[in-house]
Amino acid sequence: MAKYLIGLYDDEEKLLAAVETFNQAGVSIHEVCTPFPVHGLDQALHLRKSRLPDAAFVYGALGTLTAISMQVYMYTIDWPVNIGGKSHLPFGSFVPIIFELTVLFAGVLMFLSYLAVNRLYPGQKIRIYDPRQTDDAMVVAISDERNWDTARALFDKTHAIETKIVEL
Amino acid sequence: MVESPIREPLILGHKTYRKVTDDLVRPILGPASWKWYVTTAFTALVMFAGFAAIAYTIWVGIGTWGLNKTVGWAFDITNFVFWIGIGHAGTLISAILLLFRQRWRMAINRAAEAMTIFAVICAGLFPIIHMGRPWLVFWFLPLPNTHGSLWVNFNSPLLWDVFAISTYFTISLLFWYTGLIPDLAMVRDRAKPGSFAHKAYSILSFGWTGSAKQWQRFEAVSLVLAGLSTPLVLSVHSIVSFDFATSILPGWHTTIFPPYFVAGAIFSGFGMVLTLMIITREVLSLKEYITIEHIDAMAKVTLATGMMVGFAYATEFFIAWYSGSYWERYIFLNRAFGPYWWSYWAMVSCNLFIPQVFWFKKLRRSPWFVFVISIFVNIGMWFERFVIIVTSLHRDFLASSWRMYTPTWVEVTIFVGTFGLFLTLYLLFARYLPVVAAAETKSILKTSGDQYAGLSWEAYQAKKREGSLAPALQPALDPDKPQS
Repeated sequence: MAKYLIGLYDDEEKLLAAVETFNQAGVSIHEVCTPFPVHGLDQALHLRKSRLPDAAFVYGALGTLTAISMQVYMYTIDWPVNIGGKSHLPFGSFVPIIFELTVLFAGVLMFLSYLAVNRLYPGQKIRIYDPRQTDDAMVVAISDERNWDTARALFDKTHAIETKIVEL
Repeated sequence: MVESPIREPLILGHKTYRKVTDDLVRPILGPASWKWYVTTAFTALVMFAGFAAIAYTIWVGIGTWGLNKTVGWAFDITNFVFWIGIGHAGTLISAILLLFRQRWRMAINRAAEAMTIFAVICAGLFPIIHMGRPWLVFWFLPLPNTHGSLWVNFNSPLLWDVFAISTYFTISLLFWYTGLIPDLAMVRDRAKPGSFAHKAYSILSFGWTGSAKQWQRFEAVSLVLAGLSTPLVLSVHSIVSFDFATSILPGWHTTIFPPYFVAGAIFSGFGMVLTLMIITREVLSLKEYITIEHIDAMAKVTLATGMMVGFAYATEFFIAWYSGSYWERYIFLNRAFGPYWWSYWAMVSCNLFIPQVFWFKKLRRSPWFVFVISIFVNIGMWFERFVIIVTSLHRDFLASSWRMYTPTWVEVTIFVGTFGLFLTLYLLFARYLPVVAAAETKSILKTSGDQYAGLSWEAYQAKKREGSLAPALQPALDPDKPQS
């Protein structure tokens, strides 16, 4: 069980201003939880850009290669069926499946990576600071107890609607 | 993105974040009305009738259908293409409109995506049952087998279809579920701890907390999935149209088919979205989220795509005449004036003529009128597929083999049964999952809520000068401040 000092905000503009204030005061924020994506929050918290889109490109390329090698192996190498003398390497006919498998691999593997890096899975323990964080309030959580006094003052200064200590 | 202060509000009723949560959670955690139970029981009954007809078909054989040696492919494939078409609005709304930053999509994308998934399930039934031996369905797949590993035919558009539809279904499902996870967490946190609902939504929401990092990844994934789905949605119906266009049959063998089918799919998809959303907003009291503005926008898309389809009908006739091909000309004349003339004119009336009423703003903005028109669109698009398939087949190259096609009760029951399946799934969805994307709606509340939006530029500037603009609104409305 770890203890956190949390402050709740009811407006995303106040939240962004508060994060800025905390940054300037040098108080490190453990986590910020919001009921909806707040634009600019990732920059304010200096979060590293997500690499999921790059991963998606790799997954897509993997799909492309799978589709090409599968079709060429089955249709051209393993058993070239003579269908009215048509080509055994009809690249045009391969294109639709190459496209579909590219999308399928990129989409499915990126979704699975997304769940994995976010630690999301059925049966995951529910770790929420306050039920309002999925409703109408944004939670700023401070983990380091040495900063709590400063943080309390900053929460007041930045118009937090509520401040409390939670254990989870 | 810089916001224009002159815009129509998309969320009415002076909503706060809390109100949005309450409005969307209430139908889920509150008790369902008896009407819901009666409707769901009825649609489930229809669904089981359809399943019974499918069982009968499989037990006795395809001979129970009205097919003959000339028309070997009719009701089943008509229904397949019909349902796949309906399944196109969801991804269009969520993916293409997301890339175009159309905010009005946010009230309807969740339900439209759900419809997509359910429609593709209905569509997927038909190719399987029309095989006659559905236990051999795995022959569709490129699996090693005991026939010396005789592989599937990669030259066949029917095989491309297998890949296209299964990819489309999978990606639509993942896209839908990605958006659902945060909203399921919202429902979870409103349910009484320890209750069954709390346990169920805890499992379904995968432990979502809404941390900044999760949201950052969420947005990255949504954008990439939207980017992937946009060409996907266009490819799926193009590939469905290849099933016909790559054959040599007059009436099918036309290069216009891919864009024509895609426009038709969007048209029919919007028709079905309008039909169901107009009922949903009424029954679940969501009129402040799915506003007249949304219906108006959807009616405009319906009008535009309806005319694209109408243009395609005209082009087909012109090309048939211009080709100089005797067979091609005959097939098109036979379509419009042959024994199935009524289906052709039902199609043209429902898809081209009737939607023209949407030129009038007043009519676009009266929900029950739009509802009636949307029913015509649904009927018209079913007839379009029937016309393409049956009129091209029933009079083939040899006059002695000309036949008429009439469906039997088995085929009709299967088709009606898929409506039961579709509506049962939709009713379950509307009861147990948030029908409007809550997190997304909250994220646009400050820019599209009626208490914030709708100020004219002058009114906004005047208020700003006076300093009478509420401080909380100022940053959200300030066009000088760049928003990411």
